[in-house]
Formats: sequence, C-alpha cells, structure tokens
Amino acid sequence: MNHLLSTRDLSVDEIVQLLELADHMAEINSRAVPKVPALRGKTIASVFFEDSTRTRLSFETAAKRLSAEVMTFSASTSSVNKGESLRDTIETLTAMGVHAFVVRHKSSGVPKQVTQWTNAAVVNAGDGWHQHPTQAMLDAYTITRNFGDKESMAGRTIAIVGDIKHSRVARSNVDVFTRMGATVVLVAPDALLPSSIEGWNVTTASSIDEVVGHVDVLYMLRMQRERMDESLVISMKEYTDLYALTQDRAARLAPHALLMHPGPINRGVEMQVDPSEVPGSRILQQVANGISVRMAVLFSLLGGEISPAITLGGDA
Amino acid sequence: MSIVIPSRTEILASADVDRAIKRISHEIVERNNQLDQLVIVGMQTGGTWIAERLATGVKQIDPSSTVPLGAVDISMYRDDFSLRPIVLSAPTDIPVDLTEKTVVLVDDVLFTGRTVRAALEALNDHGRPRAVQLAVMVDRGHRELPIRPDYVGKNIPTHFSDEISVGPDGVFVTVVEKGQA
Repeated sequence: MNHLLSTRDLSVDEIVQLLELADHMAEINSRAVPKVPALRGKTIASVFFEDSTRTRLSFETAAKRLSAEVMTFSASTSSVNKGESLRDTIETLTAMGVHAFVVRHKSSGVPKQVTQWTNAAVVNAGDGWHQHPTQAMLDAYTITRNFGDKESMAGRTIAIVGDIKHSRVARSNVDVFTRMGATVVLVAPDALLPSSIEGWNVTTASSIDEVVGHVDVLYMLRMQRERMDESLVISMKEYTDLYALTQDRAARLAPHALLMHPGPINRGVEMQVDPSEVPGSRILQQVANGISVRMAVLFSLLGGEISPAITLGGDA
Repeated sequence: MSIVIPSRTEILASADVDRAIKRISHEIVERNNQLDQLVIVGMQTGGTWIAERLATGVKQIDPSSTVPLGAVDISMYRDDFSLRPIVLSAPTDIPVDLTEKTVVLVDDVLFTGRTVRAALEALNDHGRPRAVQLAVMVDRGHRELPIRPDYVGKNIPTHFSDEISVGPDGVFVTVVEKGQA
C-alpha cells in the first residue's frame, strides 16, 4: 500500500488485514504507557484545508503513539493566505523531509492530486463529498468487533440515515459495508440522496420509522449545513419529523443494535436524544477505535511490508 | 554458474524436543525458588507453544504453583522493518504487571539477538521486571548483540544462510549450499 485515497483501493482481504493490525494497536492503546517505537524517525504532516477536530487529533495522536514526528499545517494560519499554491505548499513540506501527508480538502480529488507532487505517502482524511476512507475503516472495525465476526458483516442490516448526498462518510461506508457483506439501507429525503445511486448495492427507505425496529446498526449522519445549498433543503421541521433520532425512536432499537455517528453531532437536529442515554451507542467507542485504525493505516504505509502468513520458527 | 542445493536434516526428533522442554522446566524451577514471582512469556509466534509447554512442565513439577503465561508481539519494536516483512501474529497479551517479577522469555530460535532486544523493550512497556531470563529451543549462533540465553534446548552451529525450523514435531536445518555446476 503506497497511499490510502479511497476505500476502493483496498480489497476486502486487505481491509480485514488492516483491521487485524488495528487489534494490535488497540492492545497498545490499552496500556498505561500507550506508545511504541515503530515509526521512530518518520515525519507525518497533517495538512488540513478544512476544519476538523476529531480526524486531525486522531491522526496526530496515532502518529505520536507510533513515535513519529508530527508536523501540523492549517490553511488558515499559513502562507496560503499570502497566495501560496497547494502545489508549492506540498513541495515545500516535502523538501523538509515528510514521509507521509494526511490531507483534508473541501474539493474531491485533492489527495490524489497531491500524490503527483511528492514521493511521500498520502492519506485521504476527507475530500469534498468523495471519500473518507479511515472513517469507513474505523466504522467497520467498530461493527465487526462488537458483533464478534472479524471478517464479515454478512447477515447484518445497516441503515445510514440523513444527508447522504453531501456525505463522503456515506460513500466510503457504503462501499466497505456492502463489500463486507452487509445489507445497507439509505434513509433520506430524495433531495438528500445522490442523483444516481446506480451501482450502489443498497436499498432506500423514506423515513427512519420504517427501519429503526429491525436494523443491527443505526448509522446517523450529520446534517451538513455548511455544504448545503439552501434550495435543496426540505424544511428543517420536515427533516427532523422524518429523519431525526428521537427518544421514542431510540427506544424501538433492538437490544443488540448499535447506534453510530461520525461526529460532530448536531444536538437537536439529527440527534434529539442524548446518545449517552442510548444503551447501544458506540459513538465514543468509534472515536477511540479511530486512533487504533489510523495507527494501523500509518504503520502499513510507513512501517514496511506486512505479511499475513504465520510462520513457525526460523526467526532471528 | 552457481546452483542451489537445499537439503533438510532432522537435528532433534519430536521425543528430543519433549525431553528438552522437560529438562528446561526443571532448570527453571531449580533456578527460581520463588515460583510465585515468575511469569512465562512466549514470543509471537514461534515461542508461544514452547512457553505453554514450559508452563505445563513447571506446574507438573510443583502442582501448588500458578505461574502466569503471557505472549509478546514485537512487530512494533523491530529495528529492521525495511529488511524483512512484518508477520502479523496475535496481539500482545501480558496478564499481569511485570514490575518486580522474574520473566522467563521464550523463543524457538536464538540467532542475531535482534528480536530478543525488541522483546526486552516491549516487556518494559508492561512494567519493570526484577529480572528477565531467556529460554530458547535452539541457539544457532551469529549474535549481533550482547545477548545470551539462560536455558537452551540444543546448541546448533549453523551457517548464516541456513534455515532452521522448530516445531513440536522436531528441529530441522535446511542447508542452502552454493556450488559450481
């Protein structure tokens, strides 16, 4: 693996292997001193052209727990404000000796573009409406580890609720969940579905009430008001009536069902119930798992070749 | 023009491996009079089955003892990532705080000593042991670090390029000879 730009770059076997590596990282994270020397001497630059709390801090924490050096770049406090181009920015950082870039940008395809300007590894930390591969990995990790089948989601039904159209999380998750065998239902008003979901192996439903009683995972998306063209939006009242998670609806979740959300939560919009009062909520577990999964991604990119084969003996 | 002739020789039979494990179990009990302070830790993946058998052996010698058994994965501590692929094994599982314990670290083959160095560093992240002793089924020489074993199943002089395989069914050396055709 040279870069992680899209979930489609990974086969199901590679995803399963990455999640197994994340188990190793989770063990490290459970220790009193959660730090190993694996990436000593490597420099990882987090280059964010768009706001982020958890993704940036999660990647930076992951890098530090593997003993890598972290370089932090924010567009808002950089020479981008003096007119420096993206390409010059990347080439400048590359000249400082960066081994991996973690890139977020509001435009789809920017991380792929960045690979042409540097020899370093590039990780997509979210590009426009396109992809957010590490979010899909950490969600797959959370689901598989909760249900105890590490290699498959066969037989599981996952409803993704909300603004699918503007969601890179939805695109990445639909790809990973369906390829791992889950049945995925998209729950959204027509205006918030992508114009074409042809080729997506999904069904749709037009209200949360249709699905809430019989899903294994209820995956709530954030209402992305900053990406929204106002004319698209049905009235907020109409949206919350049909698509928000209320206390009554949460009570109808099956006892084993998981409630997930990529964050940040819009309380009072898509989440009208306090998630800490929903027994199946794994929202904070997703955050913790994010560090383990990102450690696995960074280690796979910078830590050398990984062999899945178990050999007996002959080792130094 | 050089050709490669591999040949595989049995050095220890299955029964010899059993005897070596029994002998090392006795040596461990002999050397450690406080068995309640002992922890046996196998190195993933080659050392874990030997560690399990040593723990069983110690229990047979002193049935009143309860020696914890752990496993350590050193993938994240290696200094040669670029040279050899990482082998994904089971994660580390150290059931107790190692501080003030005597750890018997177990591996199948002692060679350059680099994986043992990595394991010592890994153990330190689980506490500060009072002492660490090293048990290996085979010491094949070629040390690159100042590391020596405390318990050895069998010393086997080897060529650097030889391959050794250790399992419950025996110990085998595969000699890769480079000759002239």
